[in-house]
Amino acid sequence: MTGPTTINLAMAVTVGVLYTAGFYLLLQRSLMRVLIGVVVLGHGTNLLLQIAGGPPGRAPIVGTGTAETITDPLPQALALTAVVITFALTTYLLALGYRSFVLVGHDEVQDDVEDRRIATQKMPSASLDDDQDHTDEDHTDEAATRQDPS
Amino acid sequence: MTALIALPVLLPILGAAITVIGSRSPTLQRVVGVVVLLAVSAIAVVLLVESDARGPLVAELGGWAAPVGISLVADRLSALLLLVSALVTLAVLVYAIDQRIADYGRGTVSTTFHPMYLMLSAGVSLAYLTGDLFTLFVAFEIMLTASYVLITRRTSAAKIRAGMTYVTVSLLSSLLFLTAIGLVYAATGTVNLADLAGRIELLPPGLVTVLGLMLLVVFGIKAAMVPLHFWLPDSYPNAPGPVAALFAGLLTKVGFYAMLRTQTLLFHREEPWTLLLVLSVATMLVGALGALAQNDVNRLLSFLLVSHIGFMLFGLAVFDAAGVSGAALYAAHHITVLATLFLVSGLITRRTGTVALDRMGGLARTAPGLAVLFAIPALTLAGVPPTAGFVAKLALLQAGVAAGPWTTAVAGVVIIASLLTLYALARVWVRVFWGEPKPALPDDDPDDEVVVGTAERTPVPMYAATAGLVAVSLAIAVFAGPLSAVTGRAGVDLLDREPYRTAVLGVGP
Amino acid sequence: MTIFDEWDAPREPWMLPGACRRGRTRRLLLEVAARTLFPTMLVFSLYLLLVGHYSPGGGFAAGLVAGLAFVLRHIAGGSVGFGMPVPVRPPVVIGSGLAIAVLTALVPLLVGSPALSSAKLAVDIPLLGPVSAQTSLFLDIGVYLLIVGVVVDLLRSLGAGIERDMREAEEWLP
Repeated sequence: MTGPTTINLAMAVTVGVLYTAGFYLLLQRSLMRVLIGVVVLGHGTNLLLQIAGGPPGRAPIVGTGTAETITDPLPQALALTAVVITFALTTYLLALGYRSFVLVGHDEVQDDVEDRRIATQKMPSASLDDDQDHTDEDHTDEAATRQDPS
Repeated sequence: MTALIALPVLLPILGAAITVIGSRSPTLQRVVGVVVLLAVSAIAVVLLVESDARGPLVAELGGWAAPVGISLVADRLSALLLLVSALVTLAVLVYAIDQRIADYGRGTVSTTFHPMYLMLSAGVSLAYLTGDLFTLFVAFEIMLTASYVLITRRTSAAKIRAGMTYVTVSLLSSLLFLTAIGLVYAATGTVNLADLAGRIELLPPGLVTVLGLMLLVVFGIKAAMVPLHFWLPDSYPNAPGPVAALFAGLLTKVGFYAMLRTQTLLFHREEPWTLLLVLSVATMLVGALGALAQNDVNRLLSFLLVSHIGFMLFGLAVFDAAGVSGAALYAAHHITVLATLFLVSGLITRRTGTVALDRMGGLARTAPGLAVLFAIPALTLAGVPPTAGFVAKLALLQAGVAAGPWTTAVAGVVIIASLLTLYALARVWVRVFWGEPKPALPDDDPDDEVVVGTAERTPVPMYAATAGLVAVSLAIAVFAGPLSAVTGRAGVDLLDREPYRTAVLGVGP
Repeated sequence: MTIFDEWDAPREPWMLPGACRRGRTRRLLLEVAARTLFPTMLVFSLYLLLVGHYSPGGGFAAGLVAGLAFVLRHIAGGSVGFGMPVPVRPPVVIGSGLAIAVLTALVPLLVGSPALSSAKLAVDIPLLGPVSAQTSLFLDIGVYLLIVGVVVDLLRSLGAGIERDMREAEEWLP
């Protein structure tokens, strides 16, 4: 078992394109696009695993050839495992997107409301003094709005 | 003895299978879950004692010897973390079971909760025990897949986005991990960690740096290292109480364990790692300062969780036996204390009906027991003597000061971050436990898993489970001497690498 | 001997004219093909399961082929009268498969071998001659059941569940 000394340029470019497209899609808001991004990225990763196994050869089954002519079976086993896992998680994301569609009416990832609220605070009310008779009305209002699942 | 090593992985999977088959019998599910986790805890004790006495224990799955087959390795570090994780998993399960009984009734059937909980436990055990990079990936996937289900089940419309963020970020890190494995395999032709340790040294330094950084990023996402932490304070607070406690206790620490294992074994260094020192400072400060701005108690705890990941990163960055052993001790302490704090936060929320700090008050008068349960882990997290947190922090500080001027400076940041932690937790204390008692608020979101404002229906075992975790944390402080001796030996072993390699490969270098 | 008259009589309303309410959306060719292919694919999946140790195949591939048979059946017949050929809940199939696989991994520990070890079982059956099998076949059987159970469960929750949602929302059916 030796590592590949040269790799196929076409394969390397394909992996690059798949990664680029996958990452671009992952950055989208719609969960469907994220899902397609995961699938594309998964294909890129599996192709990379295959390339890692060295040059192509005969099927790695005992009796089909000598040890020199068959391909390295381990990356194929790794890729198969990865395919299974990606497949399962794709299904899960699909179900999650559908759930979001049923619950919210779309499948877009929303902003973190609490994070936005803290970012827009004028002064952090992080003091030990103003605790007991806390009458900062604006603050409480905002906290109350946050509780509404809108 | 080596027969025991596979059991912490296989028993929870078997338990998961039984709980799936018996999904119409909640009693069976509960009994199986508790029994399996008790068994895993007992096995972890045996493994810890044995590996401390005899060096790393190795089991070769299917009888295939390393580096061809898959090895499971239990050394001091993995056995210690396995034990602490199993105890935390058990306590959180007891808490979760009683919460579900209180909220939904004794006969409530759940097809997913128990199987997924046990699968998560199996994944965590496998991650600690595996001696193989690809099996580590599989372990992470088992763990994360179970966690996806646990974090998104019965979510309401308002909270489903948190699950989406979590799933997407975790998926991305998994694919990056797979990419890193592909590159490692292309460069070396093996994925066995012990075998890799020898082969990576033969590669050109540039390639070694790339591989090391890729694995750092991958585990950095999983361990919530700044600047890869953003997903954590966003998703954990939206999970149901026990689930958040389990995640906060275990998942990030498994990521850190993987980082510790791979960096010490594969990418050996002679001096402190500047990049990780900078990242650890950023993690400590961003987390602690972020916690100060929060009003939601769970978000505050999440930011503190991030902050304290920085402490462990600091121990690793020092990269000597003292630093690494300090990080291991800190991880063990951190698993218990964060899980306890999230459980206590769940109890507080049940009593007050809200997670907003400015809408609670006076719990010290109405629930003094809860105040004690909060105070002990809070002081432990802040590192006030004589708690476990103090022991662990002291180990880190000593390692930092001994290693040079730069690490001494970062040790100063450790103290600042500890003070900020104390400040943030004191704020929680003042807001929640002092002041005038306020009436419980109604459940803001009745559709979701989190039932709040139901103090009168909080069963005693929920308090008992939390108190049990507090006791574990106190035990770490009481047995700090023997424990830091074990982690000290673990640290020496981790940097020496030879005991691990000899145990797995069967031959000397 | 009524059993010989009735053994192939349909016991469930799967793709029968009276049972299928989607009169306009039925596809004749697909239904006929599915009726022929469904049992064939199940038998083929068993073949893959059994030869898996020495030839291409194995529990996972076999499970997927069997799962695809159920998917075809679902596409052709919809969720009307959908279910396993034997009345058993998919979670039970999943759990049994997982349990069989884990027990196969655990049994070698009892005889002092490492977990997941396998041994060769050779039996001389009259008329058939010598038959040999690896004990890892049990692991494959477990995986097979697991995959079939997961696919059927997915069809039930995603396929049939979404169909039901749509029917309730009256988006699809006349």
